Amino acid sequence: MSLDQHDVEKIAHLARLGIDNADVPEYAHNLSAILDLVEQMAAVDTTGVTPMAHPLDARQRLREDVVTETNQRDKLQANAPQVEGGLFLVPQVIE
Amino acid sequence: MHNKSIAELSRGLASGEFSSVELTRAFLQRIEQHNAGLNTLVTVSADQALAAAEAADKTRQAGNAGTLTGVPLIHKDIFCTEGVKTSCGSKMLDNFIAPYDATVVSKCKAAGMPMLGKANMDEFAMGSSNETSFYGPVKNPWDSESVPGGSSGGSAAAVAARLTPMATGTDTGGSIRQPAALCGITGLKPTYGRVSRYGMIAFASSLDQAGPMTRSAEDAAYLLNVMAGFDERDSTSMEREVPDYTARLNDDLKGLKIGLPKEYFGEGLDAGVAEVVDAAIKQYQSMGAELVEISLPNSNLSVPTYYVVAPAECSSNLSRFDGVRFGYRCDEPKDLEDLYKRSRGEGFGAEVKRRIMIGTYALSAGYYDAYYLKAQQLRQLISDDFKQAFAKVDVIMGPTAPDVAFKLGAKSSDPVSMYLSDIYTIATNLAGLPGMSIPAGFVRGMPVGLQIIGNYFDESRLLNVAHRYQLETDWHLRAPDGFL
Repeated sequence: MSLDQHDVEKIAHLARLGIDNADVPEYAHNLSAILDLVEQMAAVDTTGVTPMAHPLDARQRLREDVVTETNQRDKLQANAPQVEGGLFLVPQVIE
Repeated sequence: MHNKSIAELSRGLASGEFSSVELTRAFLQRIEQHNAGLNTLVTVSADQALAAAEAADKTRQAGNAGTLTGVPLIHKDIFCTEGVKTSCGSKMLDNFIAPYDATVVSKCKAAGMPMLGKANMDEFAMGSSNETSFYGPVKNPWDSESVPGGSSGGSAAAVAARLTPMATGTDTGGSIRQPAALCGITGLKPTYGRVSRYGMIAFASSLDQAGPMTRSAEDAAYLLNVMAGFDERDSTSMEREVPDYTARLNDDLKGLKIGLPKEYFGEGLDAGVAEVVDAAIKQYQSMGAELVEISLPNSNLSVPTYYVVAPAECSSNLSRFDGVRFGYRCDEPKDLEDLYKRSRGEGFGAEVKRRIMIGTYALSAGYYDAYYLKAQQLRQLISDDFKQAFAKVDVIMGPTAPDVAFKLGAKSSDPVSMYLSDIYTIATNLAGLPGMSIPAGFVRGMPVGLQIIGNYFDESRLLNVAHRYQLETDWHLRAPDGFL
C-alpha cells in the first residue's frame, strides 16, 4: 500500500502532528513499507471470526457510583505549562 | 554484594551481615562508576533511595521486615513515581514530575524496597533496541557497540551490569523478553491482567504488561510476588489470587510436555542461536521432559497483526499529550491547532510519530474494518492456535529473538527490519499469555535467550521450568567483562 505526500499530510492532520515538509517524503516511504508488511493480513479468510478485544473475554468491571477521588487540583496541576486561577491556559479559541 | 541473589541479600539483611543503607550505597556507587558508559538510567534517585533504606533498616529493627525489605531496585521510567521525574524516554515528558505512584511502585515501596533510579527505555516503549530514547541509546554491557534490546533496554542492561539486583520492565510486543535475551538475563511477562497497569504510562492498552527483570528465575519469583495482584484502579486487572511464586520452583520436571512450534525454528533464525536453543531443549529432555512437535499455523501473521493493533491503540493513548495540561508545550503557539501540532511534532520522536500515524490511518473512516477489525480477528486465530497447543503441552519453547544483539545504528533506518526482531515474542502479547526469556548460552560472545511460553496464569510453572534449568546450568550466572 503506497502512501503519497497528500495522504501523509492528511493523516498528520488527523493526529494533530506537526511534520516538516522536508520530512514528508521519508514518512511516506516508511509508512508505505509498514503498510506493505501489514498487507499480509488481507490474504487470510476471517469470515465468521469474532474480533478479539480481550484475551480472556473479560467484561468491563463496574463499581458503585460514589465519589472516591479527593480534590487535588493544585497538586495535579503542578506540571501544567500555564495555569491561572485553577484553569489551564491555551491560545484564544473563541473570538 | 552485587553478585548476590535476592535470597542471599534478604538473608544477609536478616542476619545483620549488612544494612539496607550499606547495600543501597554499594549499588549507588556501582551506578556512579558504570552508568555513564552504559546510559541505563534517566534519573538516579540517590536521596530517596537512602531515605527508604534507612526506613527499611528501622522497620527491620522493629521486627516488621518482609522478604524484600531493604533490597533495592530500579523502575523502568514508564512507571509514575511520585515526586520523581517520569519521562517515558521522551522529550514530551522531560519536564514531568509524577504526582502519584503507579500501583507497581507503591507495592514495591510498601514492601520496603529502595528505588535506585528510573531506567532508560525506548520512547513511550516503542522500540526493540533502546535507540529511540530522547536520552540517548543504552549500551549492551556485553558489547558497548551493540544494543541491549528494547524497549526495557535500560532495565535489562542495569541488571546484567549488576547495577541493581532487579528491575521492573514492561512488555507489549516483547519489551521485557527480548532485551532480557540480548543482555543475558531473566525476564518474565505475566499473563495480561496479572499485574496492575495503574500509573504505567499506556502504549497499547490491550497488550501492555509489567514484569520482573532479574538474573534468575528465583529472583524473578520474589519480585513477581510483590508486583502481582488485583487492583481495582485498573479496569483490566484480573481478580485472581496470587500464589507464592517461589513455592513450586523446585518441582520435578519429569513428564513435562514441551511444545516446539515448527514455525519458530525455520527461516530467519540465526544458525548459531538455533544451535544454542536446541542444546537447551535437549537439556530439558535429559531432565525428564517430553518434547512434542506442534504447529502455530498463524504465527507469520503475528507481526502484521501487532503493527496494526499496537499503533492503533497507541494513537489513542498518546492523544492525551497535547501540550495543554502537562508535558511539553511548544514556544509561543499561534492558536490551538498550532499548539497541538507543534507540541506533539516537537515533543515526540520519529518512531512514535510513525506509529501514531499508522494507528490513525488504521482507525480512520473507511479503513477501520480493513485494518483494526481485521487485525482483531487475526488475533483470535493466533490465540486459538495457542489454545489448541496447550491442550497437548504444558509449556512452549523456542528462541526469544532471531539473532543476538545487533550493532547500534544497524537497523535504525529500516523500521520494518527492526519490527522483525520481535517475531517470536509478539504472539504471546496478542494472546495475553505469560512468557519468559532465560539465558541459554552465547553466540559470537553475545547472549542468547530461550523463550518459555505458558498457559494463562501459569507463571508458577514457567518459573519452575526456568529455575530447574538454572540449577543444572550456569548461563544465568555469567557476567559481562568488567561487571562481575
